[in-house]
Amino acid sequence: MIASTSSVALDVQRIRADFPILQREVKGKRLVYLDNAASSQKPIQVLDAMDRYYRETHANVHRGVHTLSEEATTAYEGARAKVSNFIGACCPKEVIWTRNATEAINLVAYSWGRSHLKQGDRVLLTEMEHHANLVPWQILAAEKGVELDFVRVADNGALILDDLPKLLTPKTKLFGFSAASNVLGTLNPVKELTQAAHKVGALVLLDACQAVPHMPFDVQDLDIDFAAFSGHKMLGPTGSGVLWGRREILNAMPPFMGGGDMIREVKLRQSKWNELPWKFEAGTPAIAEAIGLGAAVDYLSSLGMENVYAAEHELVTYAMEQIQDIEGLKILGPRDRRTGLVSFILGNVHPHDIAAALDSLGIAIRAGHHCAQPLHERFGVPATARASFYIYNTRDEVDVLVSGLRKVAEYFSF
Amino acid sequence: MDLYAEEILDHYKHPRHFGHLDEPTLVYHDRNPLCGDEITLELKIEDGKVVDIAFTGHGCAISRAAASMMSEEIIGKSLDELKGYDKESILDLLGIEVGPVRIKCALLPLKAMKAAVWGLAEEGEE
Ligand SMILES: Cc1ncc(COP(=O)(O)O)c(C=O)c1O
Repeated sequence: MIASTSSVALDVQRIRADFPILQREVKGKRLVYLDNAASSQKPIQVLDAMDRYYRETHANVHRGVHTLSEEATTAYEGARAKVSNFIGACCPKEVIWTRNATEAINLVAYSWGRSHLKQGDRVLLTEMEHHANLVPWQILAAEKGVELDFVRVADNGALILDDLPKLLTPKTKLFGFSAASNVLGTLNPVKELTQAAHKVGALVLLDACQAVPHMPFDVQDLDIDFAAFSGHKMLGPTGSGVLWGRREILNAMPPFMGGGDMIREVKLRQSKWNELPWKFEAGTPAIAEAIGLGAAVDYLSSLGMENVYAAEHELVTYAMEQIQDIEGLKILGPRDRRTGLVSFILGNVHPHDIAAALDSLGIAIRAGHHCAQPLHERFGVPATARASFYIYNTRDEVDVLVSGLRKVAEYFSF
Repeated sequence: MDLYAEEILDHYKHPRHFGHLDEPTLVYHDRNPLCGDEITLELKIEDGKVVDIAFTGHGCAISRAAASMMSEEIIGKSLDELKGYDKESILDLLGIEVGPVRIKCALLPLKAMKAAVWGLAEEGEE
């Protein structure tokens, strides 16, 4: 999935010029934005695409025969085709717009889960899942009498694969797991896990939130059945997200929500559903957001996802080397096979204090449980601090982080 | 680095009344799972007044300093007086502005104290 290069793969200074927010100051210091796993910043290309849409071509999609509506529809569906291409889907109709990854996973749990699962069926998840890939299944389990199983996480942050044969039972109908952990940075062996799931006839739902923005990603090559990801983590706007699914499976699913756009024919007492992908898109969609995500995908494609991965990998490797010498600092997760983020604890200093202290230096990191409470419980820590990198981050910024962390350690020591 | 007021940092590093009482009258445990803050508050009450107090737990500097400062503050106060404490009392003690995200940290000790005084049952512990 990943080609490795040793040279700096991106022209970071040129990229930075495209991100107006990187010019701002926080607490009188130049912003160092290292909270990209939560949400990335947006380049002018994305802002302009959305602005242009609202200024020049806004109208409702799929409904009017006037010029603006046609232009809006073309742009909206064009964005879908870009995303489809970007993730190696067979065709745009397998790409369903949602508000975010959370909604995409809920769509599968509500539509596929409620129509295909019965009491006694099992859903396999992992201990490292984000709440978004946990809670929808808990709700479904309570409602349908479905059992949940979990692949455990080893101390080194990898999934314990030895348990898989035991956990993948003939009753297991779905295996939902993240391509990469948003806390540990672990890159999971997606193909291997998928093959194991398919052997027992279980479908695979991949939470691809921390993969699609950061590396080459091809749904057909991975041979998965569903993928969910959020546009706002990959240079796109908030309110844009994607559920990708194999069309045979999507076709066999009932609609998620009912209303306009998702129907072909409506009578007073019954209706016929529209075809894919619109069957799952009830009501006026987030048109500008879809167009914005299309522009984001163009931007990432122009950089090349191999280069994005290589640059991030280089940066996180450098960061880990630098911070591991700080007294009391402990890094969570694997040493290699990881994404461009690093979570850590620093002695007894509460991560909130770390984040607040770094913020006073203009550095934005995340502190807390990162919507993965069970995983934190697994590692016996209530919270962690996380620095996550993206295409516009530099080695200089890592150095600022490192010197900031040294100050934090000193400030809170006693 | 100039992050927290000197006094807050001092209460964080040297919390007053940190530990346990021999025979507490009221004990209350509370937590804030979102941040992982945790506090156990012990009060000794005689003639309707707080004669001693202790707390244990872990949390960020703000929640720990708030617990320490509140402990100093409420010794000698009557139960009725304690019932009158609110968010503003704690923020006054801290003497800093606390943003919307961290207000929960600051108020956890107060929440535990009020629950102890009102005799609220602890929610089912895991
Ligand atoms: C692994 C993972 N899954 C799911 C989500 C949920 O994304 P969103 O809040 O955009 O739906 C996130 C992001 O927070 C994530 O990192």
